[in-house]
Order: sequence, then C-alpha cells, then structure tokens
Amino acid sequence: MMLFKLSFKNIRKSFKDYAIYFFTLVLGVAIFYVFNAIDSQTVMMNVTASTREIIQLMTTILSAVSVFVAFILGFLIIYASRFLIKRRNKEFGIYLTLGMSKRKISRLLFFETLSIGLISLTVGLGIGALLSQLMSILVANMFEADLTKFTFVFSTSACMKTMIYFGIMYLLVMIFNTVNISKCKLIDLLHASKKSEKVTLRNPILCTIIFIISSIVLGYAYYLVTGGVNQLQDFREILKPIFLGVLSTFFIFWSLSGLMLRIVTRMKKTYYKGLNSFTVRQISSKINTTVFSMTVICLMLFVTICVLSSALSIKNSMTANLTTLAPIDIEFSKKYDLTEEYANSHFGYNTNMMDDSKLSLRESISNMNFDVDQYLSDMVEFNTYTSEIKIKDTLGTYYQESQKKYPFLRYETDEDFIKLSDYNQVAKLLGLEELSLENNQYILVADYSGWVPIRDEGLKRNTPIVLKNSTYYPKYQECQNGFIEISSNHVNMGFFVVPDDALDESMRDSGWLLANYQETTKEGKQKTEDVVRSMNDHPYSSVSDLEVTTKLQLYEASIGLGAMVTFIGLYLGIIFLISSAAILALKELSESSDNKERFRMLRKIGADEKMIHKALFRQIAIFFLFPLVIAMIHSVFGIMFCDYILETFGNEKLLESIMMTAIFLIVIYGGYFLITYLCSKNIIKER
Amino acid sequence: MEPILSVEKIEKYYGNKSSLTKAINNISFEVMEGEFVAIMGSSGSGKTTLLNVISTIDRVTSGHIYVGGDDITKLKGNALNKFRREELGFIFQDFNLLDTLTAYENIALSLSIQNVGAKEIDERIKKVATQLNIKDILHKYPYQMSGGQKQRVASARAIITKPKLVLADEPTGALDSKSAKMLLERFRELNEELEATILMVTHDAFTASYATRVIFIKDGKIFNEIHRGNDSRKEFFDKIIDVVTLLGGDLNDAL
Repeated sequence: MMLFKLSFKNIRKSFKDYAIYFFTLVLGVAIFYVFNAIDSQTVMMNVTASTREIIQLMTTILSAVSVFVAFILGFLIIYASRFLIKRRNKEFGIYLTLGMSKRKISRLLFFETLSIGLISLTVGLGIGALLSQLMSILVANMFEADLTKFTFVFSTSACMKTMIYFGIMYLLVMIFNTVNISKCKLIDLLHASKKSEKVTLRNPILCTIIFIISSIVLGYAYYLVTGGVNQLQDFREILKPIFLGVLSTFFIFWSLSGLMLRIVTRMKKTYYKGLNSFTVRQISSKINTTVFSMTVICLMLFVTICVLSSALSIKNSMTANLTTLAPIDIEFSKKYDLTEEYANSHFGYNTNMMDDSKLSLRESISNMNFDVDQYLSDMVEFNTYTSEIKIKDTLGTYYQESQKKYPFLRYETDEDFIKLSDYNQVAKLLGLEELSLENNQYILVADYSGWVPIRDEGLKRNTPIVLKNSTYYPKYQECQNGFIEISSNHVNMGFFVVPDDALDESMRDSGWLLANYQETTKEGKQKTEDVVRSMNDHPYSSVSDLEVTTKLQLYEASIGLGAMVTFIGLYLGIIFLISSAAILALKELSESSDNKERFRMLRKIGADEKMIHKALFRQIAIFFLFPLVIAMIHSVFGIMFCDYILETFGNEKLLESIMMTAIFLIVIYGGYFLITYLCSKNIIKER
Repeated sequence: MEPILSVEKIEKYYGNKSSLTKAINNISFEVMEGEFVAIMGSSGSGKTTLLNVISTIDRVTSGHIYVGGDDITKLKGNALNKFRREELGFIFQDFNLLDTLTAYENIALSLSIQNVGAKEIDERIKKVATQLNIKDILHKYPYQMSGGQKQRVASARAIITKPKLVLADEPTGALDSKSAKMLLERFRELNEELEATILMVTHDAFTASYATRVIFIKDGKIFNEIHRGNDSRKEFFDKIIDVVTLLGGDLNDAL
C-alpha cells in the first residue's frame, strides 16, 4: 500500500515531466478509438447498399492499419517511458541506497504505469467517444449520406479493442521497465546527472563538404522522382531515390549544425547579440546529439505531408472530375461480332454470347426489358471500328525509341476508329469541342497523360495510317483532348477520328449508346437508376456482353474510394505526426534539467526573464522547425511524384488539400511545440 | 573615500513563526572602493546567505543594502537584472561556465546581454585575456580546460563588464592548492592593478589571507573584523588563525 501511495505521489509530483507522455497517450487512445469506431458510426446512416459495401471494406482495411498503428504507438510509448525513467535515475538511486530492493522499485514502476495507463485510457476513450461524434459528421459528409437524426453512438467493440491493444502496450512497457531497472548499477543512477556534457564538435570543413555532397545527392534523388521519373519502370528502381534521399537526409542533419555554427559565428554582429550565441550553441549541440532521431522525425513528417495531401487530393479531384468526365447519365456499350478466337482467349464467353454479339445494341438492351425510349433522352448512337492497325504502327519511326524507353507498354493493342460525324455528335452531347477534317486527314483524341506524350511523338513524325487503301495524315501534331467513355478519371488512351468514308460496317468493333435520363429530379433519376440496375438481375444479362455505366455508379465508386483513401491517409498521417512531435518534445524536455542549470547561470550574470524566455522560445522553435522545413522541401518533390503516380486521378484540388494538411500540421505539431515550450518554461522557472 | 557597498542592519529569516531561523541577524558593514574584503565563517554561519542578498539573488527580511548609493533592496524585476548585469561581477565556486560555449563566448555573453557591439566585445576580451593570461585557451570549451583555467575564464567574465563590485563565492573551493594560489594572486592583481573591488566569501583561512580585510561571521552576526594594514600575507594569515581559534573548533577543519 505504501508503494502505491509513493507511486501516486510520484506521478503528481512529476506531472510536468509526464504531461507530454500523458498527452500523447490520451491522443493515441482517442485516435485509435475514433478510427476503429467508424463502423458503428455509420450503422445509423442512410446510405445505398453499394456505399455500405465500401464502408465495410474500409473498416476492414482500417482495422488492418490499426495493427500497424499499434506497433508505432507501442514503440513510441516504450521510447517515452524510457525517457521518463532516465529523468528519475537519481530518485531510484536514492531508493536503492535507502535499502529498497530492485524488485520493489520495479513494482513501484508497475503501479505507476498501471495508474497512468488506466487514467489515460479512461480520458482517451472519453475524448475519443466525443471526437467520434464529430467523425460521424465527417463520414456522412464524405459518403454524402443524410445525417437526419443525430444519435450518440458508443462503440463497445472499438472500446474493447482499444483497451486490449493499449493493455498489451502497457504490459510491454512494464516488462521493459523491469528489465531496465534490474540491469542498472547504483553508482550510475546516483551520478547520472553529474556526467558533464562533452560537446560533440565536428570539423567545420568536413561538415561543409559533407553538406554539399549530401545536397547534391539529394538533388539527384529529387531529379529521379520528378524530371527523370519516366525512367523509373520497376519497383527496384524506385528504391534508389528513396535510399539516396534517406541517406542524404541523415548526412544533412549530421553536417547541418557544424555548418550552421560556422556561418553564424562568422556573422559576429548577430552572434554576439543578446543571448544569440547561447541559443545557437544550444541548438547545434542538440542537433549534433540527435542526428538519428532528427532524420527519423524528418522522414515521418515527410511521409505524413505526402500521405495527407495526396489522400485529400484524390478524394477532392475524383468527385471534381466527374462533372467534366461524366457529363451524361448513362452509357451502354457492346462489342460486336465476337469471334471464336476471341471467345476462346477470354474466359467465360460462350456461343450464346457470340449470338448476342451479332445483334444490334438496341436489341440487346430490349432483350433485358429496358425500354430506352421510355427512360432516356438525348440519345446518341454510334459505332467504333478497328482495322489491322496496332498502336506500334501509329507511332511510326518513334516506335523503336519508345520500345526501348517504355518496354512494358502494350504496343500490340488494336487502334480504335470513329467517324467524324459520329464523334461530333458525341462531342456535342459531352460538351467537347467539335472537329473538322480534310479528306486525307485524321485526328488522334486522347486524355490519359501517360500516353499523350508518346502519341504526340508519332504525330510529330507525321505518321500515316492506311484505311481501305487510302492514306491519312495527322491534322494536328498533338493529341486533341476528348473521350467517348464516361469515367471518373482521364483514361482515354487514344482513338482516331477519321472522315466518314474511311470506315465501313465490316470494320465495326463496338456499338455505343450515350444518353441522359428523362427524369430531371434527384429522386426521379434514382428511380431510373434502380431500373437500370435491375437489368443486372435479368437472366439475359448473363449471355450478353452489354456494358452499362452510369454517372451515379461512377459517383458512388469514386466517393467511396476517395473516402477510403482519405480515412486511411488521415489515420496514418495523424499517428505519424503525433509520433514525431512527441519524440521531439521528449528530447527537448529530457534536457530541461541541464537547461535549468544553464538558464540559472544566465540569470546570475544578469539576463532578463524576457531575454531568457525569448532564447528558450527560439531554441525550441528552431529545434522543431528544422526537421519540418527539410520535410517540407522533400514533400514538394514527394507530392510531385505522388501526383505523377496518381495522375489518372487528377490533381485539380491539390492546393486545397495542401492547405488542409497544413492545418493538421499546425494544430498537432504546433500543439506539441506549445506544450513543450510551456513545460520547459515551467521547468526553468526559479522558485 | 566613498563606500561602494554599505549594508545596514540587514536581517534574513527563514521558516515560519513556530520555527524561525535567523540566517542573518542584524549585520552592518561597509566596503570601500578598491577594497578586497573576505567574509569568513563556517558552514551555516550565514555567509552564503549574505552574499546572496548582496547579489540580489535573495531578498532581505529587513534592512537596506546600498551599492554606489542606490538601495538595491528596493529593486524589482528587470531593474534587478539590469543592476546585476551592470554593477556586479560574479565568480562562483563551480565556475558556472556554460558548457556549450567556448571560453571566448562565455566571456562575451556577459557583454552581449548588455548590448555591447561585437567589435568592442572583441577588443575588451583581448585586453582582459592578456591580463589574465588566458589568450591561448579562448577557443577552448570548458571540458577541455583545467580547473584553474576555468576559474580564470570565470574571473575574466566577472570583471569584463567593469562592475562596481566583484562577488566571489568560495572561489578556491574546487581547486587544488597550486591553482588556488595562482587564482588568489590573480585576485590580488585584479584588486591592486585593475582596482576592482572584491567581496569574497570563504571558509578557508589561506584564501582569506589574500584579502585586505576579513570579516568573521558566526550564527548570522559579525563576530570580529581584522585589517591587514601593513602586515605581510604570512603575518595576516597568523592573525586570521588566531581569530579562527577564538571562534571555536568548527572552523579548524578548514585549515
């Protein structure tokens, strides 16, 4: 019982030190709960079945991510508790000299961890339960569900899960502490604080050289993921810039303080002003001793920024794309004249399907009891055509070069053709620019930015194509923007618009029907949509190659995917952010006792409180800013790279998502900074 | 001659009504310009408390302390810090050098917080470094220096601001006898050649014998006071020992 009392008093006494630890634990618990409770939050919501499926998938993924998050938090908690133990070495030394056994000290720590664990779990779950109500608003917003009636939901399963995961973490901390205590020597404990700090100094010339080399290497890594990104073809090559980036980041931190010191000490006027020399030295010694953690923190921040901004931008741009890329309600398409050969090479095709493929598009549709005239308006019907021409043929002399540069592209794919009059009809309906052609000309229409530059090379070489013994030349030297297939992304790899008489029905490949619903209200459209979806249940659908794409379908899929990516991004981003900020804060606070001595000296030689606070503020601010600034520079290129990879998703609202990321950064990272500053100020205060 | 420091009937009490400790119990004395005064007493005699209240680190319960005519017991907040950085120089037992700064920067710091320009700082440091013979170690860090060197750097820091009064708290406490002797010689030079007024607290008779006057404190009161006059250091040392013997056994351990 005495032990319990002692441990409780210890916590209360050293609450200043524990504040950051406690804050981090509470935040960790709360976030863990919130993201695991999304499932129960959405139960009340009025969403469609397909959205419900996406939510189900999302919660499965989130709970897998939770395991990963638990690992990160576990490491963080062990790391943090190690710091706190170190701070209390002297206290343990005194206990030992007073005759307390190591086992008893371990037990003392056990009680402390237990009580902190219980308190943080309770508080964290409380905050989490409140936050998850806000979360349900966000979820409803993301999935565009009506939150008609608000009910307070508490997820017992998420609560249990949080308790189990954190229970395991605390248990690990206890084991870790016990091992730690049993290994330490009394003399080290007692003299832990007296170890005079040896200033780790690095040769300034060496630092400058290393800094320059690392900057060049980093620049090269930046180049690899941006300018030279087309050369990256397989996974192993992507590892190269990552490896170079990590290495150069480490060496930049290694050399930074030496370099900084060299520069600042040269600027005598600034250096010998007020407490500047003191502050500069403090920062440089801290960076010198924390190179490794600075690197880790910097990289974590980098990942956070990239993940958050990309995730948010995917969600934003996917829904934004739909207005331009899916301007009509519905699209039917069907491949004509399936051959024996085609059916054999594609699993699941049978003779019934081949029969169906001989029918017209309208016949197939009406075979499924859908009356196009009853439900649809603004109908445009047309065919697309193929000939023997493959992609490689349309690249002309560029083909050799392209094959070397991009060996994985499918050059053997058949090219698609469309009549000029058909395309102009489609263009009118879809709000695209209408085209005109001379007799011997063609136009290539594409919007997938991966293919456009390659296609352009072929056009620049004035590559001719031959259809029905006539030769056609490109009208423009670059692809024209456009599409015939509605989608949520820019996925048109390219088709050829040619004069009407260049094609005949023997070359037909697919039939298309583009239309709007007759209904104009939201409810009406939904009703038509239901009828369309019921076509799937019609027995004839199994024998037809008919494909139906609706705007609503695309919409639901894209908000679902967008929301999923956003939530996972948010979850990981916030956890990374918390971890890095907490490590920085602990590093800073763990030295506060040394700092206390130093600031006392400054007071004795007559420094004002104002001066001291300013010096402390600058010291902590710069310590927090360094990894952030480098992470931000990394992120500029990182986001460009993400952008390249995700470019099919579009990047229309990148700025907005970067702003959102900035807000997260400011709130969490800034919050940790502020707490660290206030705690440090409190610690160095003279009573 | 004007008194640089005059202490008038100061008292310092610790604790509350039920258990009152009188750390300083009605002490008055004056220090003239250019004097080198040692305050001697055993641990618990109140000498460190005395130094703390003079250096404004601590406050008196009653009484007044005048430095150059100003009553420093009335100072508050930043005026206190201003007084401390402009009028006083400190030399501490444990040197109190900042371990992250070089000797040069440690000395420069006390000038830079007074907003002295970088150029003037450099000139003044060069001058004081020559006087204290620390020119060669200016670029070194405290952990690279010997105790004596650290103490000299600390002395340089204390006098570079040209303070009215240099306060030294057990300056030889952490030094071996050779370094201690060297430092005390330096103090005498500071005092005689640079005309620095020094007030030093010590429990060591040898250290005290370098002063021009020694004030003995026991139980928070002035017990005795002796002037060196024209005595040699050795003779003065013997006189101090006499008083110490009179004071009782508790100081003997210091010999």
